[in-house]
Amino acid sequence: MALIQATNITKNYRMGDEEVPALKGISFEIGEAAFAAFVGPSGSGKSTLLNLIGCLDHPSSGTLRVNGTDISTLSRSCAATFRGENLGFVFQDFNLVPVLSAYENIEYPLLMVRGWSPEKRRERVLKMIAAVDMSEHAHKRPDQMSGGQKQRVAVARALVGEPRLVLADEPTANLDHETAYRILNLMKTMRDDFGTSFIFSTHDPKIMNEAELTFTLEDGRLQNEGVAA
Amino acid sequence: MTSTLKLAARNLLRYRRRTVLTALLITLGVTALLLFVAAAGSFKQTMVGSITDSMLGHLQIHRKGYTASIDNLPLNMSLQANAVSKIESALKADPEVAAYSPRVKLGAMFSNFTENTSIRLNGIDPVAEDAALPGLRDRINDGDKAGALVEPGKVLIPTLLARGMKVKVGDAIVLVVTNASGSVNGKNFTVGGILDPITGPGGRDGYIHINDARELLRMDKPEVMEIAVRLKSIDQLDAVQKRLNAKLDEIQNKEGKPATELHTWSDLSPFANIVRMIDLMTLFIRIMLIAIVLVSVMNVMLMAVYERIREIGTLAAIGTQPSKLMAIFLGEGLLLGLVGAAAGIAISYALVAFLNVSPLIFNFGREKITLYPHLESIEVLGVLGLALLVSALASLQPAWRAARMDPIQALRHV
Repeated sequence: MALIQATNITKNYRMGDEEVPALKGISFEIGEAAFAAFVGPSGSGKSTLLNLIGCLDHPSSGTLRVNGTDISTLSRSCAATFRGENLGFVFQDFNLVPVLSAYENIEYPLLMVRGWSPEKRRERVLKMIAAVDMSEHAHKRPDQMSGGQKQRVAVARALVGEPRLVLADEPTANLDHETAYRILNLMKTMRDDFGTSFIFSTHDPKIMNEAELTFTLEDGRLQNEGVAA
Repeated sequence: MTSTLKLAARNLLRYRRRTVLTALLITLGVTALLLFVAAAGSFKQTMVGSITDSMLGHLQIHRKGYTASIDNLPLNMSLQANAVSKIESALKADPEVAAYSPRVKLGAMFSNFTENTSIRLNGIDPVAEDAALPGLRDRINDGDKAGALVEPGKVLIPTLLARGMKVKVGDAIVLVVTNASGSVNGKNFTVGGILDPITGPGGRDGYIHINDARELLRMDKPEVMEIAVRLKSIDQLDAVQKRLNAKLDEIQNKEGKPATELHTWSDLSPFANIVRMIDLMTLFIRIMLIAIVLVSVMNVMLMAVYERIREIGTLAAIGTQPSKLMAIFLGEGLLLGLVGAAAGIAISYALVAFLNVSPLIFNFGREKITLYPHLESIEVLGVLGLALLVSALASLQPAWRAARMDPIQALRHV
């Protein structure tokens, strides 16, 4: 069974009296342990699609199943629970909690969302922090870290709860190319090690080539689905 | 819970200056309120103690209708011997009654042989009066404080009268009275002591021995005009009043109606109104504290939510339940209130301790009041609870706003 199953999804936004379509009937499937990218110019609907998959928004029509659950109609609280248990997020601006150290940022989902025991938490956090090669910087707060280090912590935070899927909206947009490739390689390694699917959005052609599966969006429609060479 | 509070504490320290300033404002409000409560409590206690211990007693029993004409000191409204006996039985039976003192009250002409003036007199049994009004002895500023409160043939007079009539301890004076049947009687007395004045009715009365009073009034029977009652604890006032009222109602006149009336000190002293005013002022200061905490905490929390919109979006996106988001912000408000109030309480205790070493002294004309402020634990806990409650209320709206925030909108916020 596919990890993500989207059938004829539309999303309209209301701008005053007018309805503006952001997604115009999109259907696709993504399997387990995928490393996929939504690509396309600004305004093509990449972020909207990621938000729908991430249970942050509801489609206007169509059905969207993630990990076997129809997420189109989840309530606010159920959506939060679903996100906490099944999804991880990586953001363009890293979005780490400024008052928490690298260790604590990674620990946050286990402590505040999943409610794991201290021993189990510690074991998992140490494993993840080592996996992203940030053990030496565990005590540092975000303002003491470089952009690449922050994004590594963000990747670890996204993966710490053992999600089936990590969504990354333009994860490399604020990084230089070298660091961006490192982060992408890290994400690939994590996918290989933990079997987690990664879906990211980008409009950078060099970055999109790193994806194993690409979905090109334009004006709210899926133009083509491609498998990288 | 601990992790939520830990995170809340870290967030508060993120904007250290703002947090410190807001906490200081709460500290200032709590300190002002507690100091006022401590000082006002001491003032009330001192004044009430002075009134009840040296003048009125905690309760007074009169013949029905006496207090309505108390300014005239009516001689024809005395309690007869059999009524006094029943009242004494009721008083002795009550476990909370510590002592009582029967009094004969009368108006007299005071003469120093060259000038005359009027004086209100209390005829007292010195032993009973000493037990029921232990503070009266302390008001003797000139004369024998150690011996009997007042000996037969002696009179204790208020300072103002002593000054006005230019008499001192040991001087001979004459008291002239008109008794209930209209005949005039006089008797020589020696000034046995000069009394400090005190606020309230009877604060400028003189005292003579009860037998002298009866002799002056040519009373054949041991009648009394009032019985001053002292309780073991003033806190039992309402309960004792209720019990005694029930018993005293059984003493009835010829018409079958209650023959006596029972009043508390607050019914008889105008200071009770000042106590009510102080309580009202305390209430207003409490409202001011609520306003200070409410405005300052709400302001800080609204700013905190506004400044952390993206962070709220992130936390929501990674699965934090709205209730937990709300708890984080409520925790911040509560911690702010707790820290400010705790500091205010600590400072208040320190200041109260200092004021007990170096007390506040107020001079009201001839009266001098020394205040030894004291903080009751229940009052401190009440103020702490109030500060926490108001902090929680002030954080509620910002916390609710954070919890209801749309994660997408929040993540887009710049």
